[in-house]
Amino acid sequence: MNVTIKAFGLAAAVTLAAAPAMAQEKLKIGLLLTLSGPSAVLGQHARDGFQLAVKDLGGKLGGRDVEVVVVDDELKPDVAVTKVKGLLERDKVDFVVGPIFSNVAVAAHKPIVDSKTFYISVNAGPSNLAGKSCSPYFFATSYQNDQNHEVLGKVAQDRGYKKVYLLAPNYQAGKDALAGFKRHYKGEIVEESYVPLNTLDFQSELAKIASMQPDAIFTFMPGGMGVNLVKQYRGAGLADRIPFLSAFTVDETNLPAQQDAAIGMLSGSNWAPNMDNPQNKKFVAAYEAAYNAVPASYAMHAYDAALLIDSALKATGGKTEDKDALRAAIKKADFNSLRGDFKFGANGFPIQDFYLVKAAKRPDGKLETEVVEKVFDDYPDAYAKECAITN
Amino acid sequence: MTQMTQLQSAPMPSAATRLDFLPIAVFAAFAVAPFLASSSGAEGYVLSLLTRVMIFGLAAMSLDLILGYGAMVSFGHAAFFGIGAYAVGILASHGVEDAIIQVPVALAASALFAALTGAVSLRTKGVYFIMITLAFAQMLYFLASSLAAYGGDDGLTLPSRSLVAGSGFLDNDFALYGATLACLLGAYMVSRSIVGSRFGRVLRGTKENAIRMEAIGFQPFHFQLATYVISGMMAGLAGCLLANQAEFVSPAFMTWQRSGELIFMVVLGGLGSLHGAIIGAAAFILLEEFLPEIVHAATFFLNDDLRSRLTENWQMVFGPILILIVLFARGGIMGVLRRGSHG
Amino acid sequence: MTATFFFIQVLNGLQFGLILFLIAAGLTLVFGVMDFINLAHGVQYMVGAYLVAAFSAWTGSFGWGLLLALPSALAFGLLLEALIFRHLYDRDHLDQVLATFGVILFLNQAVKFVWGAAPLSVPMPEILSGSVEIMDGLLYPVYRLAIIGAGLLVAALLYVLVSHTRVGMLVRAGATNAPMVSALGVNIRRLFMIVFGFGAMLAGFAGAMVAPILSVQPGMGDNILILAFVVIVIGGIGSIRGAFLAALLIGLVDTLGRSFAPNLLRLVLDPSAASQTGRALAPMLIYIFMAAVLFFRPSGLFPAKR
Repeated sequence: MNVTIKAFGLAAAVTLAAAPAMAQEKLKIGLLLTLSGPSAVLGQHARDGFQLAVKDLGGKLGGRDVEVVVVDDELKPDVAVTKVKGLLERDKVDFVVGPIFSNVAVAAHKPIVDSKTFYISVNAGPSNLAGKSCSPYFFATSYQNDQNHEVLGKVAQDRGYKKVYLLAPNYQAGKDALAGFKRHYKGEIVEESYVPLNTLDFQSELAKIASMQPDAIFTFMPGGMGVNLVKQYRGAGLADRIPFLSAFTVDETNLPAQQDAAIGMLSGSNWAPNMDNPQNKKFVAAYEAAYNAVPASYAMHAYDAALLIDSALKATGGKTEDKDALRAAIKKADFNSLRGDFKFGANGFPIQDFYLVKAAKRPDGKLETEVVEKVFDDYPDAYAKECAITN
Repeated sequence: MTQMTQLQSAPMPSAATRLDFLPIAVFAAFAVAPFLASSSGAEGYVLSLLTRVMIFGLAAMSLDLILGYGAMVSFGHAAFFGIGAYAVGILASHGVEDAIIQVPVALAASALFAALTGAVSLRTKGVYFIMITLAFAQMLYFLASSLAAYGGDDGLTLPSRSLVAGSGFLDNDFALYGATLACLLGAYMVSRSIVGSRFGRVLRGTKENAIRMEAIGFQPFHFQLATYVISGMMAGLAGCLLANQAEFVSPAFMTWQRSGELIFMVVLGGLGSLHGAIIGAAAFILLEEFLPEIVHAATFFLNDDLRSRLTENWQMVFGPILILIVLFARGGIMGVLRRGSHG
Repeated sequence: MTATFFFIQVLNGLQFGLILFLIAAGLTLVFGVMDFINLAHGVQYMVGAYLVAAFSAWTGSFGWGLLLALPSALAFGLLLEALIFRHLYDRDHLDQVLATFGVILFLNQAVKFVWGAAPLSVPMPEILSGSVEIMDGLLYPVYRLAIIGAGLLVAALLYVLVSHTRVGMLVRAGATNAPMVSALGVNIRRLFMIVFGFGAMLAGFAGAMVAPILSVQPGMGDNILILAFVVIVIGGIGSIRGAFLAALLIGLVDTLGRSFAPNLLRLVLDPSAASQTGRALAPMLIYIFMAAVLFFRPSGLFPAKR
């Protein structure tokens, strides 16, 4: 019986692997997103945004019926690699859409582009994928990671802040965030403070900020860290005295928990739910009706990713076999992005506008970010010139 | 496989049962799997999944060597995973891509780390040992996260898999699978001979009663430390393989949750049989991979919304499975098999 | 900057340490008395936070929410004990680790299933929502002072309970030699249940107390669990006194280390190297501290006498 158990497990693995490969014809799209653990809410926004788009397009992309395969990367890069191989070889997906986190994006990049499958990021935009390791199979409907931070650096510079205090979690994205801020900010940085990842109590940093009296603080605190920092910053009475600039900290995934504490705080983004164009208004209303939450930018990027695939397949007549033709069609970005202007640069990253946004309460009591001003127009990322792809 | 048979035909103290053939069956299954994989239409995926199973099996087995035989519960074994993986990653990023250099460096680094931390940790007992090994692993985790030159927290993509004496044959998934199987088999035989030797008997004696072993003239500390170092080197080797399988290296390889998972694999499979740990690793990884689909298939009677929510929250099913295994399947999978084969 | 700043950081370290103590107290008792490794102790902290979030939203007040959450946390702890943990007392540590890890996986997903993945917020009680200005420009929230007060109160209460009551005496005896206590005719099962329920409630209380200042989210108990283990190991397993001291030490080492390590390193290194090393070193400090304590005292600061 011992042998049979082992053999059974193996047979199960093989048959489970083989079975879904039978069904063809349908267009298959793999969503690789973080759907478990503390950061699951980001993945949920992206998944819901993508599925809403598929629904709005009548269940078809480019005239073909669609099957969406959703997998959870568990925020473990090595798990993501195996899951991606499953998507590519078992499910034979035509596109991989995702992920949320850069470390997953970097790990999944090689197997996807090696298999000549198109890889469309809905959030992560690590610098190496925009620069040295760029690939003709990689596109992002989001941004390069540094760009939202650059918005705030520019704002701090333009508003004439003399002294800024920087605060970030001690990991790569945190260091990149501060580097991005410093690209346009030339004033004095009184302190670059790094806290351990997943810090939930910022009282000691707040004491430092109060004692240094900077003109503004800039921070990058995604997820639960951002919820706590904002509440504690408000609680310490600093919010009314020292402007709070942040990116990925005050957004629609965190606002339901931050509530009134976040109102008035400034952030950088390529989009906000209140952007005034018809397709965006329709999207926000439909998303709220379906999922009972104000969509965050992750949902917007995923929605746009579906529109992008739809437009490209329409141009190729639904065919995915001719990779060069499909790439050319994707590159055209011939769709109405929810954010307005959108086109791709040579490295597959968008050239788009960036805005200063502010958290505000809507008349119906829900919180959202709203556009304050446009900061960059048709803004390319800083790494595009390191990318060797030419066209 | 002939060596295996000879190894197993060595006289065993307990009555011969059908279970004696289990290790042969396990390795035979691994040996045959690639041929089945190529007919599945998704061979790269099946191979990469099974390669992962063997890599974690190797690490879990190395843990079983100290845990099952020496009663040393290391809660920091994933650190060796990290050392092995980073040895490959860091050397590769400096252009040293040959496994002939990478693997010995990884083994030496693992051995050094094991010797240093083991010498300190073994001063403590029981849960204090668990926690101090955790502490050392956490230090290494934070160190790796702060290595900005090697990707910091994001990790580091390998330019390609390791070369072997200048040849790039590991780029073939079958070759990597074969190499992993060879490593696993080699480590299994080394472990088996350690366990069966006088050295292994002293180790087990120490587990039963350290004071008695001391009284009859053995220094338990030296035996335990030597085993800890050997175990660390095997886990380091698993790390080299993991880096090659994922073509990627990251601090996430050595989180405390990873160390925990390794312990669970060993307990799930059953302590103190070596191949039990491999079976436990296989069960754990295959469950992790297929449980979402199994949940999806098993809940056909629910409506779509609830069904997709359950599928997404598959760990809600995984947790109770672990609890039930502990409560009702004493001794893990091996325990169940043993009872089954005795009727 | 210096003196008041230092004072505030000490206050922060104290507050963090006391929260750790609330969690570690239950853990060390359960471990010491029942020889039971309960990895699920961290999720009981999370459950406390979720309960207070749910009850506060229902009743519209944090006070009532807390009042309802405490007995619910106790009931929940007893339920887990009866369903699962009771069957694990005579198993070896590894079985306990595996089963309680299963409980972690289940509950982390279950709260997400019920309440969603997005963090929840809990409103701060009105009377404690003010702040006092301790130093120029920094308001220190009254609520945090309340946490310090509550933590000290619980510590004092525990001290009285453990060292001056009959149950406390049995607990101490149980931590030293459980079979002997049982042989003397004490209903050890009931003692276990009391200790377990009480520990679960303390962890739930800690979760409930931090809910208004931290975000309530799935997995919030995982990292604090590891810290609580660090605390009880440094303190010596089964020792409330040890847990108290170790919790405060860890709170202070972590908080002060984070804010002063780079400054101290600047004395010996150049600024950029100092800040880089400080950053790498700060999160390791508590583990270095634990390794050092265990090196000199392999059974913690206050080992149970056996």
